[in-house]
Amino acid sequence: MMKSIPKSKTGINGLDEITEGGLPQGRPTLICGGPGCGKTLMALEFIVKGATLYDEPGVFMAFEEKADELSANVASLGFDLEKLQRNKKLRLDYVHIKASEIEETGEYDLDGLFIRLGHAIDSIGAKRVVLDTIENLFAGLSSQGILRAELRRLFQWLKEKGVTAIITGEKGEGALTRHGLEEYVSDCVIVLDHRIINQISTRRLRIVKYRGSIHGTNEYPFLIDEEGITVLPVTSLKLDKAVSSQRVSTGIPTLDQMFGGKGFFRGSSILLSGSAGTGKTSIAANFANETCRRKGKCIFFAFEESPQQIIRNMRSIGLGLDQHVKKGLLQFHSFRPGLYGLEMHLAKMYRLVKKFKPHAVIVDPITNLVSVGLLNDVNSMLLRLVDHLQNEGITLMLTALNSGATEHIDENVSSLVDAWLLVRDVETDGERNRALYIMKSRGMKHSKEVREFIISSKGLNLVDVYRGPEGVLIGSAREAKEKEAMANGKQNGRGHFRAPANKIR
Amino acid sequence: MAKLEKTWELRLYVAGKTPKSVAALKNLRKYCETHLKGMYRIEVIDLLEKPQLAEGDQIFAIPTLVRKVPEPIRKIIGDLSNEEKVLVGLNIRPVKV
Repeated sequence: MMKSIPKSKTGINGLDEITEGGLPQGRPTLICGGPGCGKTLMALEFIVKGATLYDEPGVFMAFEEKADELSANVASLGFDLEKLQRNKKLRLDYVHIKASEIEETGEYDLDGLFIRLGHAIDSIGAKRVVLDTIENLFAGLSSQGILRAELRRLFQWLKEKGVTAIITGEKGEGALTRHGLEEYVSDCVIVLDHRIINQISTRRLRIVKYRGSIHGTNEYPFLIDEEGITVLPVTSLKLDKAVSSQRVSTGIPTLDQMFGGKGFFRGSSILLSGSAGTGKTSIAANFANETCRRKGKCIFFAFEESPQQIIRNMRSIGLGLDQHVKKGLLQFHSFRPGLYGLEMHLAKMYRLVKKFKPHAVIVDPITNLVSVGLLNDVNSMLLRLVDHLQNEGITLMLTALNSGATEHIDENVSSLVDAWLLVRDVETDGERNRALYIMKSRGMKHSKEVREFIISSKGLNLVDVYRGPEGVLIGSAREAKEKEAMANGKQNGRGHFRAPANKIR
Repeated sequence: MAKLEKTWELRLYVAGKTPKSVAALKNLRKYCETHLKGMYRIEVIDLLEKPQLAEGDQIFAIPTLVRKVPEPIRKIIGDLSNEEKVLVGLNIRPVKV
């Protein structure tokens, strides 16, 4: 195996994973992209994380934004640049270059910049340096020849100083940067991109080059929000996490029975599909409730209803979800699917999962995501979600609405999941009842029967349908038979219930 | 003869005694003696000795001549070999010889 070069962790969520440990230590890295692609923020987060997490003070030399503007811009991300400066963890230097104030006459060099940077580095013992965006020198100075020679010298000098540096560059026509900075920085080049697809903004990152190191070559989506940058790996590199044979209760004893009496496998993924109004959210909420009741943590991603709506509605079937929220065991996150692209949804979910470390995750419903992306894209997103949570040993429950438009989504997704539950509407004798069955459940013995699924103020329950010469009876027809049987003191011999009707405790 | 009220406060930033710095100072002295006799003051700052001063005057190139007074502040970078440009930059009307 090739020995990898020493690296400096960026501390940026996800970036250290795809670079296999960070940026090349003691060397410059080029980060380039168009305006607003997030390069300044990424560079600044590298400095801030260095100072706060790794005890590596940093110098941020801004050729673009004024130092105070920069502080104000990132205050919303919780980066307190003032405090870092007071504690000598950070030095901001704003290099003001305005062509109209400068007259060039004769030979010069950029020793002034070197001395200034050197002084800033030495004054706080900096290990990290950012030059953002050094290309602005080209706008202020007309002597290209001198500039190019000096830039070459500058990057050499940075290496000699042993600082890990980020140089940012503006995207150029047909080139990575407008002034060809990539020519000087040969160790690591990262390109950022911000595009709008279907009116939804997506940010992506790609490592174009990383000398002496393996790295992911895909385009990785990333997210900028109140916690800075999160880059998410598209596909997990390894498939070697241990799987659990532990079981977790579904929260509905009669449903547990259908799953060999014990419920789901811990860390497995469960798909729950059905037509509108069949109680998918109720089953999911029951599972959430059960997880929290056993002191586990659960995240409920709701793409359809607000947390308040879900809590209110579930109270009507006897679930007090708000107590779990108050105890900090249950988190609701509601978003409109159209708020972000799929990648961003996934990034957001990863981040929340990473932070909260839940035992169970619920996504209700996945079908709403089809409004944001093509079916294929939704599938690939879900595959990554399933993969990721499985690796973390988190049980995942997905619900899917079966309707004309999204008919096939559950079938598509079903190959990704370990268990698939179907809830059906059954219309007989002028009444509508629900029937539930298990389509599949990998690696365990499970019931193959169709059960009647009952939602009442006491909760959820599954009861056996009546099978007899009259056919399969469900709903009030089944109840009538049940009463008849009770009145007779025994089953009447003609039809039968498969198992004693289970009652809720 | 009444003394002109105008004075030029000039600051020359150098980094050690490099040929460029030496040339810049020599050129500057020559222009001042010719065009600003008795009306100028030159301060030479060596950033190798006082690196902390580079930030205040926004110095990045060496040598840099900064005209502090009269305002507005102007910066002339280079070894000052082009007399015409330096005079324009310093806002000096050349003395007809």
